[in-house]
Amino acid sequence: MPDNRREYALNAVLALGLLLVPLWAYWAGSPFTITVFTRIAIFALAAVGLNIALGLGGMVSFGHAVYFGVGGYVAGIAAQHAFNGETFLGIAGANQMLIIWPIAMIAAGLLAAVIGAFSLRTSGIFFIMITLAFAQMVYYFAISWPTYGGEDGLPIYVRNTFPGLNTMRPWNLFILCWCLLMLAIGAFALIRASRFGAALMAIRQNPDRVAAVGISPFGIKLAAFVISAMITGLAGALMADLSRFASPAAMAWTMSGELIVIIILGGTGRLFGPVAGAAVLVGFEVIFGGMTEHWRLWLGLVLLLTVLFARGGIVTLIAGRERLG
Amino acid sequence: MADPVLSLSHLSKSFGALKATDDVSLTLMPGEIHALIGPNGAGKSTLIGQISGRIAPDAGTITFKGRDITGLSVAQRARLGLGRSFQISSLIPEYSARRNVMLGLQARQGHSFRFLKPVMRDRRLKEEAGAILSKVGLAGRASVPSAELSHGERRLLEIAVALALEPACFLLDEPMAGMGAEGVGALVDFLRGLKAQAPILLIEHDMDAVFALADRLSVLVYGRIIASGSVEEIRNDPAVREAYLGDSE
Repeated sequence: MPDNRREYALNAVLALGLLLVPLWAYWAGSPFTITVFTRIAIFALAAVGLNIALGLGGMVSFGHAVYFGVGGYVAGIAAQHAFNGETFLGIAGANQMLIIWPIAMIAAGLLAAVIGAFSLRTSGIFFIMITLAFAQMVYYFAISWPTYGGEDGLPIYVRNTFPGLNTMRPWNLFILCWCLLMLAIGAFALIRASRFGAALMAIRQNPDRVAAVGISPFGIKLAAFVISAMITGLAGALMADLSRFASPAAMAWTMSGELIVIIILGGTGRLFGPVAGAAVLVGFEVIFGGMTEHWRLWLGLVLLLTVLFARGGIVTLIAGRERLG
Repeated sequence: MADPVLSLSHLSKSFGALKATDDVSLTLMPGEIHALIGPNGAGKSTLIGQISGRIAPDAGTITFKGRDITGLSVAQRARLGLGRSFQISSLIPEYSARRNVMLGLQARQGHSFRFLKPVMRDRRLKEEAGAILSKVGLAGRASVPSAELSHGERRLLEIAVALALEPACFLLDEPMAGMGAEGVGALVDFLRGLKAQAPILLIEHDMDAVFALADRLSVLVYGRIIASGSVEEIRNDPAVREAYLGDSE
């Protein structure tokens, strides 16, 4: 329970800062800034998804990029078919975000149900390796599928549309991403406070005890894993539209690693940890990426310092440790 | 005679050449405390593991409330009403004492796939958990994370979580382990009252406590039950004296 005033304040700063800086950039006429903040919002959204599995359930999925990538491909494929005047899954003109998002989430969720059904029978290092192996399988499948771009990926010539908004305008796309991020954070808070969340967080700490009171850890973990993947899949669809490109690189294991890095930097299991972590990651990418190709070196240093001196990440550093009540 | 609540019939389990459980049969009748004693390495933990469902026996059956549960999982057995406590306190460390009990209550009600209602604002669940904590004398420590409780308090919380399940039988694995004499005395009184609620299979090292509590005793040595009977019978059994109690004469 965040009955902690400092955490409330920090959350408000993060949520409003993420909204107000792009708003300022909109007035100041800096579309680049808006795009940077859209990236932060999308990475944060993907990490909110992973935070359900990793933060609440203790499932260190090293293959969450696959859901991010699948979401992106759904957006890319829908856009390509619409662009060519073809139907997608029997839907004509399926370049509507309101159609694409549920499809992306369902696709990611189904894939997670299959991967989870196998990998959740293991734990620890084996779980990490199996999730990685499944993700790599899907990655190699994607780069060897010429219909949808293969290794080159799939360009999105015209962004998918949202009723009443022109998604080609940076501010409009940003506000969509920001709203979805806030909704996802709200969903995360609901889940964490619920009976389901109580069981899930208990399983992270002591699965044997949870089984001994009569709750099967497997079912709870699988459900959490699927919900987690659905949110990350939604973020993937948004990212493809932002970069106007569905990339197989979004499925690569480095992406899975980056999502984990975001969570560790921000604060594992913390409500706004993904936002703080994504801001640092994208911030480094923009600031140091302009100076050197090796900007990840500096990110690595910060990650090292976090793990050594600030376990629990930025949120814990500022708002203190979380008490689960 | 009434039907047993729990019965083990010809249970066997080997690890390689080691027979950890060797043709064990025993019953737990309604309203009784059946104590299982045995020296270290006698196979008590392996036997508990098979009853709770963590370890699959090689042969034999476990019947609970007239139903064969040999093939069921730990969680399925718990849902049927097999409430266990752990030898080494096994709680949710970051959860408060109250929340540990609430998890047991939630499990008993079977509503773990609820996503919307905040569980810590469920006043009825909280009050019920508070009442159970009062029963074991932990009311004043309800908000303390279980990792910060003392050893004795954690032992009591183990019992409280088992109580929350309202089980048809208690499986208590060394509940007195590591407790001071005062704590043991209080717990003995408490368990004596508890057996009216549900029978207890008690695995315990503390001989004074076992002799004070048990209606029946079984002695496990090298995976085999060498004697079974009342406290008096076991005390006077020469095989038991030799194998376990240590013949001081």
